[in-house]
This record gives sequence, structure tokens and C-alpha cells, in this order.
Amino acid sequence: MPMRRSHVQTTLNGEEIDFLCEPRQSLLEVLRDELGLTGTKEGCNNGNCGACSVILNGRVTNACCVLGVEAEGASVVTIEGVAEGDRLHPLQQAFLEEAALQCGVCTPGFIVAAKALLDAEPNPDEGRVRHWLAGNLCRCTGYDKIVRAVLKASDAQEVTA
Amino acid sequence: MKEIDYLAPASLDEAYAALQNGKTSAFLAGGTDIIVQLREGRKQVDQLIDVKHIPELMRYGWTDGGGLAIGASVPFAEIYEDAEIARRLPCLIDCATLVGGIQIQSRACFGGNIGNSGPAADTVPALIALGATLTLGSREGTRELPLEAFFTGPGQNVLAPGELIVTVNVPPQPARSGAFFHRFIPRNEMDIAVVNVGARLELDAAGERIAGARVSVGAVAPTPLFVEEAGAALVGQAPGEEAFARAADAAAAAARPITDMRGSIAQRVHLTRVLTVRALRRALERAREA
Repeated sequence: MPMRRSHVQTTLNGEEIDFLCEPRQSLLEVLRDELGLTGTKEGCNNGNCGACSVILNGRVTNACCVLGVEAEGASVVTIEGVAEGDRLHPLQQAFLEEAALQCGVCTPGFIVAAKALLDAEPNPDEGRVRHWLAGNLCRCTGYDKIVRAVLKASDAQEVTA
Repeated sequence: MKEIDYLAPASLDEAYAALQNGKTSAFLAGGTDIIVQLREGRKQVDQLIDVKHIPELMRYGWTDGGGLAIGASVPFAEIYEDAEIARRLPCLIDCATLVGGIQIQSRACFGGNIGNSGPAADTVPALIALGATLTLGSREGTRELPLEAFFTGPGQNVLAPGELIVTVNVPPQPARSGAFFHRFIPRNEMDIAVVNVGARLELDAAGERIAGARVSVGAVAPTPLFVEEAGAALVGQAPGEEAFARAADAAAAAARPITDMRGSIAQRVHLTRVLTVRALRRALERAREA
């Protein structure tokens, strides 16, 4: 029997799109399996690790704990929407310069979460960065390089602004 | 996840009607518990009712008397970003800022934390200390009950079929009172409470005696506990270590924890005592500042 699929209209990385999905599919599954946007990673798939962080209506959240159908009328930003064309976002540049990644699976989630922070607070201190990123887990770096990269990006944004 | 229907009612009446359509339902607000429970097969329902399009559940505001009525599905982040709430009800901020990480706080809400009815729910001891009540709605009308009367067991509560949590009501706080919420976890962030405690202290006009107190402890029983004996042990006493120790003994006596991966019975009873004293100390500081 064919699955019932719902029609969803949403704004994804600034572009108005529509897609079909089953009500039981998470936004994470829709992004990766229906829309081919595989930058958002599946880590724990239960809301603990932050690898699937996306910005939903201006707030960073775990795409594994959102249904695809909930994106109706919403605005979604994924890692694919962070760079401007070929120009890396200051966070992406800083992650490269600070070697803030090793295996890379957590990296899109960290960058999206950190972007949400810098969008809201351009000059967070180290404690604030660590607290904000508590919902993103990394098994490789020990976090110091990630925190340094976010602080560097925040300084870089200041210079550009 | 099994195949499921998704409904997004735009009003309470539409939601009540959806609850009467003969299918088994669960509510979807932040999704941080229910989506995971359905995916992992820990719960099975025919339909998910997304309550985030119901205006009454998505707004909050001060009542005429100075209480705060919080729509059940308002995300924590919206609450703790409100400077007025932070100033007037800092105990709410204590708990709302430590449920999960920022990704969870963007969506998770008081109604969900309460409705999920976990024994370790972090917002519950804080809300019980503040004297919060729930407004439950159904097609038959609404009823209001004290939060501590809502829970009946792990994951279980008095919500009747066809009924949902509409608002969480924090009543006006007594003059010269302060409240604090404290949680113990083995790391700095992102964990489930081994023990959590909410406490409110109210001082008399001279500021020398305790006029009223409420203590609530979580993760030490099948439901969050409202320990009336701890409050009673404080009333009439001079605020300080001696009185706090007696309240802590009462809280520890009420605790009937289990040993599990997060902590042993002995550790939880010990933590109940320690956290009760610490929460009371901070509540006293806030009462003196009030």
C-alpha cells in the first residue's frame, strides 16, 4: 500500500520550496533522504548530540526532534545555507584555521549552532560559547579548538562589520 | 516509527474534537520527548496532535494579581529571554535554562516537561516551590489543580482522555519571598537529574522569622514530591542553618529513591539533604533581596 504523504511548503536556506513527506519522517530524514541535503548529520537521533542542528524560525534546534510536516510555513537554515556562494562564513573559515575538526561528523551541527549564537550575540565570552554549545557533542577535539574557532569568528565578524 | 497521522489544530475546540475521533493520540509540542519515544517504540499512537498552532498554548502573560500564566507550549527560550520574568521569577529561569542544551530549549516547554511526567523533570520542583497550578481543558470545560496533584507515577498523570494542559499558572509570590531551584548531575550540562530540589522561603515583616516555605524534591520517588513536612519544619523558625538542616531531614525522610545508573539510594538521600539546604540558602538570599 502506498504511504500517505503530506505536501509541505517551507523556506529552506532562503529559497521557497515544497516537498512531500510522510508525517512520521523527521525533518532530519526529509533533509537528507528527500531533499538530498546531507550536510546535516545524524548522530544519536534522540536529541542529545546536536549533530543535526538546524535553525528553525530563528532558533537552533535538533532536526531529529522535529517532524518534516512541522516545517510547513517555517524558515529552515541548514549548514548548506551558511556560506554565501563560494565565500565561507567566518565560522567555517575559523574552524579551518583553528583545526577545529577531526572526523567532521559533529562539525555542521557546531557551525550551525554557533551561527545561531553569533547572530543573536556577536561578542560572546568563552563561558557563554561553552554553555551555548553544551548540546553539541564532539568525540575528537576535546572542544578547546572549537571554542577558539567560535571566538575567532566572532572577532573576525567584528572586523568585517 | 510506525505510520502516524499528524494534525495541527488551530484552536482548542479543534484539538478537543481531534481527541474525540476514536484514535489514540499524543500531543506534539517541542517534540523532544514524544518524537524520540515514538521512534524508539516506547510509545505507540495513531495520531500526533501538534498543539503549537493553538493561541492559548503559545502565549504567556502577567495576570492582574501579578501571577504569570504560561501557555503550556511556550518554548523555554522564550521564557528565559524575558527580562521581566528573570527579575520577578528567577527560580523559573533556574530550571528553564538547564533542561537539555540550547537546541532543546528552543522547542521544549513547561507543558511538555509536565505532561511527560518523568520523576526527574527539572521544571517541576521549581514550579511546585512557586505554588504553580495547571489549567486543564477539555470539551467539557476547564479545571485547575495544584501541580503536585497532577502526577500519579513515572510517565503517568491525572490527565483524562480528551483533556490537555492549557496553561501553567505561577501565582503571585508572597512579599519578602524568594525561591531557588538546584539540580545535581555528574557533569556541567546536559544530563538528567540525580536529584533536583526547588525551595521557596517567605520571611515575616521583620525579616527575622520564616513565615512560609515550600520544598519540592525530584528524582527520589515515582513522582516529584511536594514535601509539606519540610515547609512545616521551617515555619516560625529563624532562617539559618539550624532550621535548614531540619527541613533537609524532613526532605530526606520523604525521599524513597531507587538505585539506578545515575545514582544509588544512599547517594540520592544524601543529595536530597545537601541540595535542600543549598536551595534554601539561595532562596533566603533572594527573599532578602525581594
